[in-house]
Amino acid sequence: MIAKKSIKNLILAVLFALPLFATASGSSEKGEEKKFDVVEMIMHHIADSHEWHLWGEGEDAMTIPLPVILYTDNGLVTFLSNEFHHDDTGHHIVTKNGMNFVRNHGKIYQLNAGETSVKMEDHHITNGSKPLDFSITKNVASMFISIILILLIFTSIARSYKKSLVPTGFAGLMEPLIIFVRDDIAKSLIDEKKYMKYVPYLLTLFFFIWVNNLLGLVPTGANLTGNIATTMVLAVLTLLIVNFSGNANYWKHIFWMPGVPVPMKIILAPIEFVGIFTKPFALMIRLFANITAGHIIILSLVSLIFIFQWAGTPSMLLAIFIMILEFVVAFVQAYIFTFLTALFIGMAVEDAHH
Amino acid sequence: MDLITPAIGLVFWVTIAFLALVIILRTAAWKPILGAVKEREDSIKNALEAAENAKKEMQNLHADNEKLLKEARAEREAMLKEAREIKEKMIADAKGEAQEQANKMIAQAQESIRSEKQSALAELKNQVANISVEIAEKVVREELADKDKQLSLVDKMLGDVTLN
Repeated sequence: MIAKKSIKNLILAVLFALPLFATASGSSEKGEEKKFDVVEMIMHHIADSHEWHLWGEGEDAMTIPLPVILYTDNGLVTFLSNEFHHDDTGHHIVTKNGMNFVRNHGKIYQLNAGETSVKMEDHHITNGSKPLDFSITKNVASMFISIILILLIFTSIARSYKKSLVPTGFAGLMEPLIIFVRDDIAKSLIDEKKYMKYVPYLLTLFFFIWVNNLLGLVPTGANLTGNIATTMVLAVLTLLIVNFSGNANYWKHIFWMPGVPVPMKIILAPIEFVGIFTKPFALMIRLFANITAGHIIILSLVSLIFIFQWAGTPSMLLAIFIMILEFVVAFVQAYIFTFLTALFIGMAVEDAHH
Repeated sequence: MDLITPAIGLVFWVTIAFLALVIILRTAAWKPILGAVKEREDSIKNALEAAENAKKEMQNLHADNEKLLKEARAEREAMLKEAREIKEKMIADAKGEAQEQANKMIAQAQESIRSEKQSALAELKNQVANISVEIAEKVVREELADKDKQLSLVDKMLGDVTLN
């Protein structure tokens, strides 16, 4: 028991400490060369990227190259992101299929036909356009890792149940969460007869958000759930599921609210109609803002060291505290997103009881 | 502004990957896991119900036993009572018979005593008559010799008579 506990503590300590070192090492050299720009460093860390940065700066940076997939007027173009040679200022030109590509501030531009050099005005490229970028970015790669992890975990749990109905090992750890989602989220919010239909989706949603929130806290990890695109997709799926599940009673409550006088019905209809969209919109913003804010706080506290030098070291304690808080937030946000999705579904499929 | 502008690539990949995850997990994970959990919950529920039923049955059985026991006790009581009555009756009967027998015997005895007594009285009467004759004979004989002697003889004879 003691050995087990100390191993657990060690793992926790390493987990908490690593991202701090990782983010620190990512920017330390920069500080010596030029003035340390906190905003730029933080924005760089929470933004998506075409390569998986590990450490180092500029040409010395250690990164894992990821595939770039561009949909141009002349069809798909693919190449590895290391062809940009870590350039993010629009100077290094990559030529593929007779088209010239440059990268500027994380965006890939295709230079107009015939142009061989970049013309810039106020950091904006004037002689190029942005092709549709379907690259396997850091966030996409991280999501694939999370999906592989989730598949491995839950298919192995499913197999363990085939051997015995008694949960053992990892199944014992996950079963309370699965039952929690089934009973405390789905069953308590959605009609007794209809809830089982939505449980698989809610379970997937919950574990997808939770695992990706946690992966976002891992050193050098991506900020998938803190990206507005991810939360938008999840919110739109909630919107679609809720409205396609909506029964006559649900639509009646939106367009002709029962139990109120006719003038109120007319006033309430547009409000309720807008509500269809504001609910998932709030879901999108909530998850995005919570996770991104957490990352920004941790990075800010770590940045204090580069601003105040030795005097800034106590901020490490605060950073560790926020990191622990973020582990809680990772769970809570996954719970809230799933809970509210179930709540909206529950409202949409509820039978009339007036 | 980049921060709140969804990138088309990420939207595309998240949509595809997440929906694929939902579809795969639905069949590969959630169905077997939720099925197993449900099966286990049902079996626990059934086991509890079965235990409850068994308990109830036990109670019923217990009540039945109690009833049987009560009946058996009542029967035993009845049997004992009957036996006691029979016994008492037998004793009473026997007593009555014995009494009758005894009465009969007493009556017989009295009868025989009375007949014995009469025969004894008759014999006594005969003997007294004989003795009286003998005495009278001796007295007559003695009187012939001496008057005094005759008298003393009579006395003596009388004394003998009483001894007999």
